[in-house]
Amino acid sequence: MGFLDIRNATKSYGQVEVLHQVDISVDEGEFLVLVGPSGCGKSTLLNMIAGLEDITTGEIAIKGRMMNGVHPSKRNIAMVFQSYALYPNMTVGQNITFGLEMHGVAKPERDKAMADVAKLLQIEQLLDRKPGQLSGGQRQRVAMGRALVRNPDVFLFDEPLSNLDAKLRVDMRTEIKKLHQNLGTTIVYVTHDQIEAMTLSTRIAVMNGGYVQQLGTPKEIYDTPANLFVATFMGSPSMNLIPVKLRVDGNAVYADTKNDQDEKVSLPVFEPSATVKSCDGQSVMLGIRPEALTDPEGADQRSTHVERIRNTVTVTEPAGSDTFVATTIGGAECVARMRSDADVAPGRVSEFAFNMEKAVLFDPKSEARIA
Amino acid sequence: MAVASSDTAIRTGRIARTFIYLVLLLFALFYMLPLYVMLINSVKPLSEITGGGMMNLPDIWTLEPWRKAWSEAQIGVQPTGLKPYFWNSIQMVVPAVAISTILGALNGYVLTKWRFKGDTILFGLMLFACFIPFQIVLIPMARVLGVLGLAGSTWGLVLVHLVYGIGFTTLYFRNYYAVFPTELVRAAQIDGAGFFQIFWRILLPSSGPIAVVSVIWQFTNIWNDFLFGASFAAGDGAPMTVALNNLVQSSTGVKEYNVHFAGAILAATPTLLVYIVAGRYFVRGLMAGSVKG
Repeated sequence: MGFLDIRNATKSYGQVEVLHQVDISVDEGEFLVLVGPSGCGKSTLLNMIAGLEDITTGEIAIKGRMMNGVHPSKRNIAMVFQSYALYPNMTVGQNITFGLEMHGVAKPERDKAMADVAKLLQIEQLLDRKPGQLSGGQRQRVAMGRALVRNPDVFLFDEPLSNLDAKLRVDMRTEIKKLHQNLGTTIVYVTHDQIEAMTLSTRIAVMNGGYVQQLGTPKEIYDTPANLFVATFMGSPSMNLIPVKLRVDGNAVYADTKNDQDEKVSLPVFEPSATVKSCDGQSVMLGIRPEALTDPEGADQRSTHVERIRNTVTVTEPAGSDTFVATTIGGAECVARMRSDADVAPGRVSEFAFNMEKAVLFDPKSEARIA
Repeated sequence: MAVASSDTAIRTGRIARTFIYLVLLLFALFYMLPLYVMLINSVKPLSEITGGGMMNLPDIWTLEPWRKAWSEAQIGVQPTGLKPYFWNSIQMVVPAVAISTILGALNGYVLTKWRFKGDTILFGLMLFACFIPFQIVLIPMARVLGVLGLAGSTWGLVLVHLVYGIGFTTLYFRNYYAVFPTELVRAAQIDGAGFFQIFWRILLPSSGPIAVVSVIWQFTNIWNDFLFGASFAAGDGAPMTVALNNLVQSSTGVKEYNVHFAGAILAATPTLLVYIVAGRYFVRGLMAGSVKG
């Protein structure tokens, strides 16, 4: 049993089930990120934890206490909303202490708690201002202050950074991570931004269509995605998917495809499992991240399974730190992430290095990873 | 919130602009004419009015007609002037406006932030109150007031106006709160605020513009109402409008036009004041919610 347990929770509106059998157990001090595209049910799940939406079936427990039907204010949670939801008629100080006041905390204690939080978030000079006079980043801090002051068991964040501009978003992201490291609080965080999910979380639940597609550490999610959805949703640019045909040759398995000069290419699959070996002759998808498809000099020196193929560069996109190179392998558009000074030019044939240790295989019919 | 400014105005040439201002000025003068006639004639002795020259400035300026209309004119049995009836109207209009506005706000809050099955139908039914003609309810209302023991009293009138006003005030507040961020209510719920705490501490303090609209609308309608006043509160409990009618319609003695004019202006003053004091919020409140941003 974890700190926050979601057991077989579903949510229906009338006949329509929008959230199917979610089962997640969060340990104390974990930073769980719910990530997925719009309408995947992540905010609904968060609202169910908060008690703002009813649970249709299943149960949610915090610290072993059943929360079904418990009022939001009695769950000892705090929530940071996308719009910050600061009370416009109150000062920053009143905003922060409103929850304590409603819980009957005496004024001197409230003031002390407010001072502590204001110091932690460096918003002391803003306490007498109204939310309308604050910038986006300051509002964000106040919203976090309002959550922190309650000293809750679980923090809930509902896309808290999506209203900020790009630079501020990165700054606040670091700040939230720092806060989590310093305070060791349990956090459930909803976002549609996969980079936020990767950078902040200790564990990620990737959601789509009301299902949890995969639950795991950022590394698991990134390196061994459970299915094609997770593979393409996480990572930017997204994972390259090349249609290949598997060929078993003794103990080795080869993924056969063609380069754009119509030459046959055979890529040896790294440490093929029994399942992979049983797929002889089948057409599958080979998934390879852009950073595992590079110029030969930029390939991972520790990898013992780098395969080179010659292919034509169609487009180059210099991004400063890297150069993204587009090419067509086996009929599929692929993006390779090369060093910024890699010697490539559009229309020229170049060498592409596959780090086969990082390649994964998917069944195109079930879309699941072939493990 | 959209406020008319030079940025939003359509640009026009100088000739067109002059023409527009001229036309507007003409219209303004035309509309001001009745007020001018009333004001001018209310400070004239009666002899000057009966001598003709309605538009002329008075030869002798006098405030006597005003004093007479306020405290001496024969309206009921006693020559009391309009004064007691003015206070009747105040006693009627203040509670009716206050209660209907607060109930409207509460209704709007429930209909937008505590949605329940059938709430839109209920709201639709409440809107009917805005469309039912006054005349239809006269007899049933008289019966109800009789049963409640409020017939002929100021409180009876308060009740009538309250019932009629709630449809409008609910409409105003519902539309205003419909665009009020629900996340604020949710945040307050998590903070532990209850139903009424959220209402008093979060919603009402942010409802200034729409409250002004509601107050102006209700005040004007209730103050100016004649039909309900004449039907349910004749005699000493009559409101200002009914008293003014009695003053003007009295069939005995000489018709004192100057006193009538003064009385009519007295009757119109409170609504004018409300408009002047709160009017600039009126349009702003009416526009609120119609434009995002």
